[in-house]
Amino acid sequence: MAVGLVVVSHSAQLAEGVVELAGQMARGQVRLEAAGGADDGTLGTSIAKVTNAIAKADSSDGVLVLVDLGSAALVAEMAIEQLPSARRARIRLTSAPLVEGAVVAAVEASIGSSLDQVAATAEQAAHLDKLSRRA
Amino acid sequence: MAADRACVIAWLQRAGAALHEQREYLTSLDAAIGDADHGTNMDRGFKAVLEKLPTVAEADIGTILKTVGTTLVSTVGGASGPLYGTAFLRAGMALAGKQDLEPADLVTGLAAAVEGIMARGKAQRGEKTMVDALGPALDALQAKVAAGASQDEALQAAVAAAEAGMTTTIPMLATKGRASYLGERSVGHQDPGATSAALLLRTMLNG
Repeated sequence: MAVGLVVVSHSAQLAEGVVELAGQMARGQVRLEAAGGADDGTLGTSIAKVTNAIAKADSSDGVLVLVDLGSAALVAEMAIEQLPSARRARIRLTSAPLVEGAVVAAVEASIGSSLDQVAATAEQAAHLDKLSRRA
Repeated sequence: MAADRACVIAWLQRAGAALHEQREYLTSLDAAIGDADHGTNMDRGFKAVLEKLPTVAEADIGTILKTVGTTLVSTVGGASGPLYGTAFLRAGMALAGKQDLEPADLVTGLAAAVEGIMARGKAQRGEKTMVDALGPALDALQAKVAAGASQDEALQAAVAAAEAGMTTTIPMLATKGRASYLGERSVGHQDPGATSAALLLRTMLNG
């Protein structure tokens, strides 16, 4: 199995959309899970949703968690801390940009790269120049 | 005079009632510089806390506070859940097994709570957050208790410091939380988190 990805967003639609877009690049090789919106479906974040998404995305190869805004990072951090320590070690939170980070992480994970490699690639996405790439 | 379990439970009930009453005010502060949900979120969280209280009616104070923390983490939503949740969890750990709180225990509990919030939010004073109300409150409480003041007197000083700290957030530039995305436009507004923090402390009075 490959490294899994969790997309945490204040918006359920945004999280689903990023999963859809990144999933196109992953060609079915990567577990991609959305954790968007508050428990009642309004804009917000939910520890329970993040925890469930991590559980679904987690194979023994680890999970990279991407977030949209700062408070989503805070919620994701708390969700990760509450995991049993054996699992916690293979869950990584990243400050990578949500869309580009998820897309390049999905590609990196789909070729069987390690969690370290997937995380590093996602973080580098912050420096991608979209205007020169045009694809 | 020490504060017993009944005092703590009565405080939480007053806090829940105050947050319910003030929910629109807190949300209006949050609407100016955040995502307009602070009042609703805190009200929902404390409503869940009040529903949980009967299950810990016979527990020690540390257990009561830890239960408040876990409940807030899972019900408040947004960043305030983990922040206030961590504060109550840390205070509960620091006061584990306590049946009564002496003034020195109040200092221990508040110190653990403030430390927890600062670590969780990676926040310092001066960043337009709840820390700007809680930090000065802790200093005032500590100073009064060290000088041998009564519990009431120490709490009065802590609340005054929290409310003064809360108003100091008005001219501050936000560098943490949703308001930080507003940059300079966050200046001139009182921080909703500092406001709810001061409110929580105020409800400790008359206990």
